This record gives sequence, structure tokens and C-alpha cells, in this order.
Amino acid sequence: MERSAAAFENDLNLKATELRLGLPGTDNEPDHQQSSSSSSSQLIKNNKRSCSEMDGARQTGQQQESGAPAPKAQVVGWPPVRNYRKNVLEQQKKPESDTGSGMFVKVSMDGAPYLRKIDLKFYKNYLDLLKALENMFKCTIGVYSEREGYNGSEYAPTYEDKDGDWMLVGDVPWDMFVTSCRRLRIMKGSEAKGLACL
Amino acid sequence: MAYSFPEEVLEHVFSFLTSDKDRNAVCLVCKSWYEIERWCRRRIFVGNCYAVSPEIVIRRFPEVRAVEIKGKPHFADFNLVPEGWGAYVYPWVAAMSAAYPLLEEIKLKRMVVTDESLELISKSFKNFKVLVLSSCEGFTTDGLASIAANCRNLRELDLRESEVEDLSGHWLSHFPDNYTSLVSLNISCLGSEVSFSALERLVARSPNLRTLRLNRAVPLEKLPNLLRRAPQLVELGTGAYSAEIRSDTYSNLAEAFSACKQLKGLSGFWDVVPSYLPAMLHVCSGITSLNLSYATIQSPDLVQLVTQCRNLQRLWVLDYIEDSGLEALAASCKDLQELRVFPSDPFGAVPNVSLTEQGLVSVSEGCPKLQSVLYFCRQMSNAALVAIARNRPKLIRFRLCILEPRVPDYLTLEPLDTGFGAIVENCKELRRLSLSGLLTDRVFKYIGTHAKKLEMLSIAFAGDSDLGLHHVLSGCESLRKLEIRDCPFGDKALLANAAKLETMRSLWMSSCSVSYGACKLLGQKLPRLNVEVIDERGPPDSRPESCPVERLYVYRTVSGRRVDMPGFVWTMDEDASLRFS
Repeated sequence: MERSAAAFENDLNLKATELRLGLPGTDNEPDHQQSSSSSSSQLIKNNKRSCSEMDGARQTGQQQESGAPAPKAQVVGWPPVRNYRKNVLEQQKKPESDTGSGMFVKVSMDGAPYLRKIDLKFYKNYLDLLKALENMFKCTIGVYSEREGYNGSEYAPTYEDKDGDWMLVGDVPWDMFVTSCRRLRIMKGSEAKGLACL
Repeated sequence: MAYSFPEEVLEHVFSFLTSDKDRNAVCLVCKSWYEIERWCRRRIFVGNCYAVSPEIVIRRFPEVRAVEIKGKPHFADFNLVPEGWGAYVYPWVAAMSAAYPLLEEIKLKRMVVTDESLELISKSFKNFKVLVLSSCEGFTTDGLASIAANCRNLRELDLRESEVEDLSGHWLSHFPDNYTSLVSLNISCLGSEVSFSALERLVARSPNLRTLRLNRAVPLEKLPNLLRRAPQLVELGTGAYSAEIRSDTYSNLAEAFSACKQLKGLSGFWDVVPSYLPAMLHVCSGITSLNLSYATIQSPDLVQLVTQCRNLQRLWVLDYIEDSGLEALAASCKDLQELRVFPSDPFGAVPNVSLTEQGLVSVSEGCPKLQSVLYFCRQMSNAALVAIARNRPKLIRFRLCILEPRVPDYLTLEPLDTGFGAIVENCKELRRLSLSGLLTDRVFKYIGTHAKKLEMLSIAFAGDSDLGLHHVLSGCESLRKLEIRDCPFGDKALLANAAKLETMRSLWMSSCSVSYGACKLLGQKLPRLNVEVIDERGPPDSRPESCPVERLYVYRTVSGRRVDMPGFVWTMDEDASLRFS
């Protein structure tokens, strides 16, 4: 009776129908570190306990999922960086790896026939980004000022943030922008006046 | 034989001797000096908690006021010592609570400290003043609450890089309202928020506060509140150094910083937003110590900050500083004594920053007082090492870590023997050395020949044969600590130099070729050493005698073998064979 039940399950192909625990699209068990919602000290404890190559490999796995070039197989305790330091660096890098490989966002420009896509990770700061946009769309965006926005420019860059609001590019620190930007829209200067005056 | 001076006079003379070395020498003069000295020794340093027992210490030195104890071997920092290995402080605290009621200071490194121990400390020593827990673990914020509540005379609470289980941020509120003697507080390792209002009130009522190192959870917007209440601060560790860009936040911060005229040391800087760095510019000229090793800021902002600190003596920084930044450092900071460059991406397959050997060479050229170096990089050449050695013959500490093991000189593809050889030959005062890259037995010959003042040596993925280890053990006269991993060193060199081990504090060897048989022999030959095999595969004699052990830890001791060993540690002594049968 049991054997046939097992065979029955296999026939059902539960995996394909996603009838199982775990996030859709993932094959493996949720990583201890990811599922742990406790404080950072818990995270540190987990790191310490499983002091084996597997721990290093798990870290490697995380990075591989994010699409970064796969690091070589790790040796326990090499390079000699203390756990505390490793954890802090990982925590500070986390926002980037969470959003997956690269940070591609759509860019639309008013009047252009089709949209483009760019990788926000590729740019170091606003200057870089705006220059690239100017090149890509053959337009002038001009210089940002906190008071006037892009007043006087032909075009103004705006973006949709995590909350779905349309914001003026340049208000928040670059790192904050990169993690909250969902898509870009290069508005005509005349339309953008409203945003700039806020 | 008549005594020349009364006891009180001798005691007074001895009180000027602060170093243990001097006091130990005094003890050897004659019996009466030994007696007088032991009654007036106030500070004890125990470099290895298993080298001596609390009872022996207490019996010899009955009037101690300050104790410093170190526990786990250094390689425990890198996960090479399994959890549960030992180094428990409780037996020490228990013994001292009875014997040293006037104890004022406890400093611990790499030890397991429980809440129970902290509570016992807080209740046993009425005049307790200083608690420093460096890289310790095993306690929670409840233990800290006991310290805060009961230690009325506490001056220093320093938790540097310890692992604390954060149960609640309210422990800080346990400092009573009439507690005003705080001089130094370091909570930078705590993960979660402490009650800010409690912190603010504590700072406000601590007129002697000199050192304040906050944890990441303290927001930048609130930092001015603390600085305004403590403009006399000498050392500051910020919390997260990021906030929304707002002009009022910025001006508050700048104003608060400019009121701190005594600041000499800065640290913290997690999550740095570069726009807020200029708020600190006013204090830069007084800064002598700067720890930016958690600050993930890139070169232009980083370099601007660093080069403003013209009186810098110590800099810890991430490799985001790059060669160009180090060149600028070398040009601006002529008083630099210590440089540590940490890797921002230690496990990355490809370099993420432009930091090479050139950066270190620049600093060695430009900074005449440089004596201490810790440098992580991805490439090195013999030529660079030779240049560094020639530039800075007064180096005391040189620790180089090339991220990939066994990497040769990238220009000539030769081993780095010549380069490190130049270091030990030129830097005659060298006390600490860490090697990396491709190295043959030859480098050890150079080290054995020249490194006569070397006290601590760290070796990884190096050497060809036992000859390498033999050179080190037979040549390095001042060697105290030797730690080795993943090297083809085995029985011969170890057994031939067995007696040397009694002159050292400890030897660590992991993933080498030392056999179980040799360990047994060593343990039997030298009863004053503890020869401990750490092996997670089960009892060593379930495998052939020739089988190499996973890890070996050898240290001299006067208190015999450990009584608190976990299941994966075996001690090799005369009874070893009896115990296993």
C-alpha cells in the first residue's frame, strides 16, 4: 500500500506542479542564513558553528545565485579574515545581491519609439548615470540642484521607486537610489517643472 | 647574610617595576626578594589560560589587583578551532572571587565568558573598575546588565569584537542614576539597538568619559546629541554613518564635531554616505588613529578624508583606498606608524579594486616611522619586498596576506623566498611575521638565520619538507608562538627540536603531516608540555599510528593536563596508551 502511494506521488510529479514547501523556482532548502530572521548575532553564531568548507560553499552559493562570477572553492579559514569582519562586509553588500544579477531597469524617454534597459550597478554615481543617459538618448539633461531640480534643461530624469511613486533623480544618496529605483523615465522639461518645484 | 634594606624599602623599589620580565628577574635574585616581590605584584598576565591554574596563581601572588588572560589559540579567529574547545573563564572568576576581593581589572581575550561569570564578577569585587572582553563569546546582554547594575566604580567596559547574544537593548538602563564614573565604553560589536535615551543620559552624567565606541544601530542623526554632551571625548566610534541628505542634519553634525577639540581617535563608519564626511574635517588635524576598516567608501572620498589627517599614526582601512590612495597617504601622513589594509572582497575570484604591491611600497618609501604592517593583496613580487625591507629596516610587525595561496612572484614566477628573506635580514628588530605566497624551504632558512628577535610566526601553505620547520625551530631564538597550517611539515623536525617547545608559549599545527605516533612520543618525552591532538574524526588510535592528526596544539604548562577537554581533544602523555585501551 505504501509503495504504491510513493509511486503515485512520483507520477504526480509534485515538483513540477510546485506542490511543496519552499519558494517557487528554488530547488534547494532555504539557506539557514537567509531564513534566519534573528539578529545579526544569531547569524554570526550560525557561521561559527558549521565551521567547515560547506559553510564557505554555502556563501559561494549565495553569490552564484546573484550572477556574480563564481568565486573559487573556499578553504576553511583562508584568507584569514575574522568572522566579525566577514559578517559586517557581507551585511553591507547585501542589498545588491538581494536584487539579483545586475540591476537592470527600463528607461523610457518621452517621444522615443522604444525603451532601453540599463544596469544601474554599472554606474558609480549620478554624474555617470546622467552622462550615459544623455549619450544614449541624445538629449541634454543638465545639472541637478536641490532647489530647482533640473530647471531649465530640455529633459529631466525621473524614476519610479519601490513604493510606486515617481521621484526626481538626484534627491537621495546614490546608494539609496540604486536600491529603490524600479524604472526610469526621462521627462520633457516642461512636464517635469511640477516635480522640480516641490 | 644580612639584608641590606628593610622589606618596605624593597617593596617601594619594586613598585617601580611594571614589566613582568623585570619582576620575574627580581624573583630569581634570592629567596627574600622572591617573597617580597610576590606579595607586592599587582598585575598578572596569563598568556595561555591552560599554562597555569588559578590556584597556582593565587597561591603565589596573593594581592593581585589586575588580571589579563588569553584563551584560545590565534587561529580560532579563522574557524580552525572547533566550537566547544575550551578557554572557560568561570573557574578563574570563581577562584578569584574568594581570593582577590580587591580585584579591579579583568581583561580577557578569546575566552568563553558566560552570564554566570559576569554576574559573579559584578557581585564579588566591590572596587571593580575595568572589564575588557576582546574576541570573547558565550554571554548575553543579561550578563552586561549585571555588570551595569552592580559595578558602582566601573570605569571601563570594552566589548571589542566579542560575540554577544543580544536579548535586549535595555541592559544599559541598569547603570544606576548616581553612577558617574564611566571613562570608556565600547559597544561597537552589539548587533541590536541599545536604548538611546539611556545612552544619552549615561553620557550626560559621565564627565570623565574619554572613549565612546557606539554600535551600528546608533543613527547618525542622533550622534550630535551625544557629542554635545561629551565634547571632552578623545576616542569616538560612530554608529552607522549614513542618513538622508539633509542640510540640518549635516550642520548639526559639523557643529557637534567642531566642539570636540580633544578627539584623537575615530572608528565606526558603517554604511558611509560620503556627503557626510566633510562634517568631520575640523577634527582631522588632531586625529592620530583612524579605523575605516568597515567603511565601504570608494577612493576619492576616502583619500580626501585620510590625507586631511596629517598627524595620523595609525590607519586601518579597506582596500578601496587602492594604490593611488596609499600614495597620497604616503605623501601626507609622515607620522604613520601602523597600516592595516583589509580586503573588501576576500572571496571574489577577480580583483574588485586596484590595490597591488605598489601601494605598500609607496607607503614604505614615504613614511619614515612605519613599523607595523598588515596588508591583504592579490599580487606581490620579490622586488617589492626587497624595496620595502630596504626602505624600512625598523619594521617590527610585518604581516602579508596574498589572497590566493601559493601564488608566486607575479613578475618572475619565482617563489617569494628572496623577498621575505630580505625582510628578515634587513629588519633586525622584527617581532612578528606572517608569510604568504609561494614559498620553499629556503625562506625558512633565511628566517632561521636572521630573525633572531622574532617572537611570533604564522605560516600557511608553504615549504617543501621538514627542513623548513627545522630551520625555524633551531634558528629563531626568541620564538614564542608558532602557528602553521597546510604545510608539509612532519615528525622529524618536531621530534628533533622537541626541547625548543618548552621555551615557547605554544605551537599550533593543522593540516600538516604530523603523525599520531609522533604526537604520543612528544607527549611522553616532555612531561612539561601539553601535547593535544584535536581531531573530529574520532579517537586517534582508531587509525594507524602513522596517520597524520588533523590538528596539534602544544604548549608548556605547570598545571598538568586539562580537566575540561571536549570529546574531540586528546592529550598525549605517559598515560595516553592506558586511557585509550
